[in-house]
Amino acid sequence: MDQRHAPIYEALEKHRSDRIVHFDVPGHKGGRGNKELTDFLGEKCLRADVNSMKPLDNLNHPVSVIKDAQQLAAEAFGANSCFFVVNGTTAAVQAMVMSSCKAGEKIIMPRNVHISAINALILSGAIPVYIDPGINNRLGIALGMSTDDIKKGIEENPDARAILVNNPTYYGICSNLREIVELAHSHNMLVLVDEAHGTHFYFGDDMPVSAMEAGADMASVSMHKTGGSLTQSSLLLCGENVNCDYVRQIIGLTQTTSASYLLLTSLDLARKNLSLNGREIFRKTVEFAEYARREINSLGGYYAFSKELVDYDSVYDFDVTKLSINTRDTGLAGIEVYDILRDDYGIQVEFGDLGNILAIVSAGDRAMEIERLISALYEIKRLYSREPKGMLDHNYINPEVVYTPQKAFYSEKKIMPLRDSKGRVSGEFVMAYPPGIPVLAPGERITGEIIDYIAYAKEKGSLLMGTQDMRMENILVVEG
Amino acid sequence: MDLWFTEYYTKNARFSIKIDKPVISLESEFQRIDVFDSCAFGRVLVLDGYLMLTEKDEFIYHEMMTHIPMAVNPEISDVLVIGAGDGGVIRELAKYDSVKRIDMVEIDEMVVDVCRKYLPQTACRLDDPRVNIYFEDGLKFVRRKNNEYDLVIVDSTDPFGPGEDLFTKEFYGNCYKALKEAGIMVNQHESPYYPNDAKAMQKAHKQIKSVFPVALIYQAHIPTYPSGHWLFGFASKGLDPIADLDGRWDSLGLKTRYYNTELHKGCFALPTYVKELMENA
Repeated sequence: MDQRHAPIYEALEKHRSDRIVHFDVPGHKGGRGNKELTDFLGEKCLRADVNSMKPLDNLNHPVSVIKDAQQLAAEAFGANSCFFVVNGTTAAVQAMVMSSCKAGEKIIMPRNVHISAINALILSGAIPVYIDPGINNRLGIALGMSTDDIKKGIEENPDARAILVNNPTYYGICSNLREIVELAHSHNMLVLVDEAHGTHFYFGDDMPVSAMEAGADMASVSMHKTGGSLTQSSLLLCGENVNCDYVRQIIGLTQTTSASYLLLTSLDLARKNLSLNGREIFRKTVEFAEYARREINSLGGYYAFSKELVDYDSVYDFDVTKLSINTRDTGLAGIEVYDILRDDYGIQVEFGDLGNILAIVSAGDRAMEIERLISALYEIKRLYSREPKGMLDHNYINPEVVYTPQKAFYSEKKIMPLRDSKGRVSGEFVMAYPPGIPVLAPGERITGEIIDYIAYAKEKGSLLMGTQDMRMENILVVEG
Repeated sequence: MDLWFTEYYTKNARFSIKIDKPVISLESEFQRIDVFDSCAFGRVLVLDGYLMLTEKDEFIYHEMMTHIPMAVNPEISDVLVIGAGDGGVIRELAKYDSVKRIDMVEIDEMVVDVCRKYLPQTACRLDDPRVNIYFEDGLKFVRRKNNEYDLVIVDSTDPFGPGEDLFTKEFYGNCYKALKEAGIMVNQHESPYYPNDAKAMQKAHKQIKSVFPVALIYQAHIPTYPSGHWLFGFASKGLDPIADLDGRWDSLGLKTRYYNTELHKGCFALPTYVKELMENA
């Protein structure tokens, strides 16, 4: 079987033409039981929404078409084995952490990880050793981990089981993966890569090195982000040092037993498309992104950053498909530009934080949409720009960790007004979503700086979440 | 042989013209281009299945796009025309000696080639020395321009397909910036009758109003456009299309078939339901 095949898709096509009579779930029976939904999504879509059955295999115990599809994906990504994941990349990240660390074992990671990684620490009871990712002050963003810091982290924690790297970051910053792998392996640690934003590294030309190519042990790849599969579908890639049967059990702890065939087929077809056409797809993506970056940088006020940030340390490489734009010199917070783009110009970008917006560019774009984004940014600058004064711009505050996330999350807690909580230890998360990097994680000291940051982000219109109090005026703190 | 061209106005209403002879059918990078001859309307240009113009009634559209702003300010000398691959607007503009420069920006070169060859009635003045043709996206062109034109004419197709960026707030904003202080923008403004056209018209009006201090709508009757009732937008940085109309245009002695200055004053008077659509935009 080669990359031109898509086993799950082919089995579903056959299933469709066999006109099987269904006395199994789902109860909508090809859409007949829910007319409005069928009108909305289309009959073809509803008829592909089936349950696992012998000819279609079972995600929790794959022996035929899903096994074949996963094997083809492993080959396409240069991995030893591959798991299709339908609970989002969140589940893939959690499976990586939970299959490498048990309760009480240490894992080295930068603090600017996605919430899914810290959630995994709450579930598993693993202990984080945070590496300061370093900040670019002008852009207000966290960078990659420098190898010196990792070396230090490893020497101080020789008992750590694994190192988690987010590569690339949402903004496109890459760490020195090859060296991290070498360092970790020489100390018997596994390397886990949150590669949610890096699907294209495996298929495009002149891309930063991918996790599997760098020799990492596991990687979580959001196929749905830049790979073209449906939202919530994801891949977990494993190298040869990993017991993949154990990984499958770990995934099974939390993953649904009713995996959606819409998601599975989308992974199968997206993999086929990337294998056959990925080079061209990402060539076009880079061309769009580079053009947009050039034009946006000529508008003034905006800074669409790229490879000039590379210092071969905390910015080892940059992913040029990411169109990250710093808005600081327009006097507008990124989140303000994000809101104006959507509300006034009908343009939805991926996220806006205090100092930046991120536009996702893909081969699905047309030159016209790129022109719209550039001209709308120009208009926003012309109409709304002001003196950049009093702007809070850093999006990362290095935390003081008092308790492990699991201990803090499950300890006795009391609720109190956020503004009075200075000096207390947080019992819950606070984050702006997207990008979903926690401002506060359970077990971290609440500082005046963090309280000011949250107030400022709220005022600028960031969507803050994570606390039990939906209005985020109160916070649960650890008792005592 | 019974060969008909049909355009669907909605799922339940359609308009058909009997085809006498097909002339040419091409696929460009952006759209499908068809030209055919008909007994009822003469030669017809169709883009992506939507009728763009017919030989018999194109004069109405092109005169109304051009002479309304030119009569409000007969001193206009620098004009930017977006779209207009058929050349009809250019033909009307070329009648004015005061016009010194016409920059025409059409995204699809093949449309211009086809019109030069098969629609000389509209394309006849594309070789006027004052005309500079740029084959690129209108939005991309206009966003690089600052304080350069007295008039921008947006002769776009519909708010879907290759011309959809010409119905956006960022486009109108960049047109504003490209205009000089006494600048005028005129645009094809869809029809108020069928619901989807009416929605596009409302959206465009709302956006233009948010950009230009003067944003009005005028109308004409065009037999081969959906519902026959067509709207145009008149937006300016200050000039009023009626108060600033004086005897200068009549003294030019230009020959027109639809436009005259009496009609000019009347065409800004709109039916009540259209006024309501605009108010609720």
